[in-house]
Amino acid sequence: MRWGRLKAMAGKEIIQIIRDPRSLGIVLLMPVVLVLLFGYGVSLDLKHLPVYVYDREASQQSQALLKRFQSNQYFDIVRAVNNYPDLVKALDSGKAKMALVIPYDFSERLRAGGAVSVQALVDASDDNTANVLIGYAQAVVQGYSNDIQLEWIQRRGQQVQPPPLSVETRTWYNENLESSAFIVPGVLAVVMSVIGAFLTSLTIAREWERGTMEQLISTPVSALEIMLGKLTPYFIVGMFDAGVCVVLAIFWFQVPFRGTVLALLVSSALFLIALLCLGYFISVVAKNQLAASQIALVATFLPAFLLSGFLFAIEQMPQFVQLVTRILPARYYVSSLKMIFLKGTPIGMLYGQLVPLAIFAVALALLATRTFHKRLV
Amino acid sequence: MNAADRSVLIENLVKRFGDFTAVDHISLETRKGEIFGFLGPNGAGKSTTIRMLCGLLRPSSGRAVVAGFDVAREPESVRQNIGYMSQKFSLYNDLKVIENLRLFAGLYNVPRHVAAERIAWALEMADLKGQEAMVTGTLPGGWKQRLALGCAVLHRPPILFLDEPTSGVDPISRRQFWDLIHQMSAEGVTVFVTTHYMEEAEYCNRLAMIDRGKLVALGTPTELKQKSMKGHLLLIECDPLGTAVETLQNAPEVLDAAVFGNALHVLVPNAATGAEQLRAYLGSHSVQVSKMEPIRPSLEDVFVALTSERENKKEAA
Repeated sequence: MRWGRLKAMAGKEIIQIIRDPRSLGIVLLMPVVLVLLFGYGVSLDLKHLPVYVYDREASQQSQALLKRFQSNQYFDIVRAVNNYPDLVKALDSGKAKMALVIPYDFSERLRAGGAVSVQALVDASDDNTANVLIGYAQAVVQGYSNDIQLEWIQRRGQQVQPPPLSVETRTWYNENLESSAFIVPGVLAVVMSVIGAFLTSLTIAREWERGTMEQLISTPVSALEIMLGKLTPYFIVGMFDAGVCVVLAIFWFQVPFRGTVLALLVSSALFLIALLCLGYFISVVAKNQLAASQIALVATFLPAFLLSGFLFAIEQMPQFVQLVTRILPARYYVSSLKMIFLKGTPIGMLYGQLVPLAIFAVALALLATRTFHKRLV
Repeated sequence: MNAADRSVLIENLVKRFGDFTAVDHISLETRKGEIFGFLGPNGAGKSTTIRMLCGLLRPSSGRAVVAGFDVAREPESVRQNIGYMSQKFSLYNDLKVIENLRLFAGLYNVPRHVAAERIAWALEMADLKGQEAMVTGTLPGGWKQRLALGCAVLHRPPILFLDEPTSGVDPISRRQFWDLIHQMSAEGVTVFVTTHYMEEAEYCNRLAMIDRGKLVALGTPTELKQKSMKGHLLLIECDPLGTAVETLQNAPEVLDAAVFGNALHVLVPNAATGAEQLRAYLGSHSVQVSKMEPIRPSLEDVFVALTSERENKKEAA
């Protein structure tokens, strides 16, 4: 291994990245675009869901109930109608996610002390949203109902007894249950997949396609020097882009950062090394830019998106898919990111993430060095 | 010739790709400082041989020693001692002229304090001074070739392998390029060059003719012209040319007949008696002969004769 040859190789690679507008665009813009896209665009919080109401009584009591829906951040009463067909139309067209129907004898039956039902029609084409919605709606109605009961008891001059059991909930790590707090750190995994595997998957294939490989391997530069020379610039770029994501996450999206920079650096570096080596391996094997980039996309980018726990909880996936996620570096990285950002887990307690990442990094590095030979066929 | 003078030594070199034998038991050696031409049609195995000599392909059998190192066992030592220009232009088109030169200086371990001087020398040699900032891809073909040569000799290799360095380059640039090759050779560099241009072959000190993987002749251009022809060459100007060449190919006493421009080159065992017989023979086939004279064969004649000889043997077998 000669420093001079490595430097020459890396210098050439840097020039090529800078001079290729597509590479440069990906390097400079992609992290910002992805962080903003996921930070704003993907919100798994259900808030301000449009609700249509059909208040058949229009009494003070019915309005009081509706006010509770309205004052709640989860619902927006966008319209009041006065017949069923309009409700159905609103649900059909997607203008409403939920329709509330208050019966004509609502206040009367309440006064009489009887049980009253309020009808809620829910658009369950997305079952997850529907479940959450029903939960919220029940909570609102339950709250109103409790207050009425309390009022009755007080009116009769009785002492209010607290309920014997109750759950006192505290949400930790993501106190406000903001989905951006757990999505935005995960964007790092996606950004690194693009830089690490997608861009590097082109580097060796490009040399074969353009015929420059033949000249390159006729020089005394070693296979290892070619690999390190090619990957070092992408390592620097990848870490830089990770930094951009972190800064945006913390200062733009106010994602809490409770862990240490060291833990973040170590896990990011391990993940990036694993991906760089994988991208390099793909490039060596494919020898063709188009095939290489597509393989890289399927092997790293999609899993980082779908199977890493970035957007969808691994625990909720089918058993088989959960097993598959165990062989994906992205899973361990995303998990470590969430722990570092939100929980502030110290590096010593991240072995469950860092050890697998280190194993991937070493195994893929060995694979990459073994696969490339300085021969034409 | 002692061992130190042998730059390239090839013994029974074979390269097979599946069932196809691209290089078939070639043996030869080159001397220090000579321009050694490797002549043959496309697909003859020239590039395959040169790639084996540069350690880019592993020989199927046989042995090749370049600059004292075995190409199969010590390819990296070989590479440090050679310069190589592949057939297809293969510098980085998106790099500037100076960036390509710096890259290859680095890859060849040219020490930093020497590199600047070597790069300046290469720019001078390749006549690219003042073009340092040009993006390589925008250079004309001849300039690219000279830059590629410049990059290949930054580390002062004792042996230079050039695979069809002038293909697709205009005649003036080609001539200029060959001046550079002669200059290198004068400085003691062994130049191993493949070509399929016969006139370029004339510039070589020694030549190996190769056809379908086999070595068919080896010697100086003069030796080849004098010795390789099994007979004498007659130039015949006659009319009609087409009938004449067809008739002659079947005529007794004719070893070979081919059209060269507006005349025929005919190979006969004996120039004096052959001329008389042919004149009579052509006359009897109503061909009008306006000129018939013995000529010295060109390399092309030699090559055509040697390859058709193999063809005939193959058919006979």
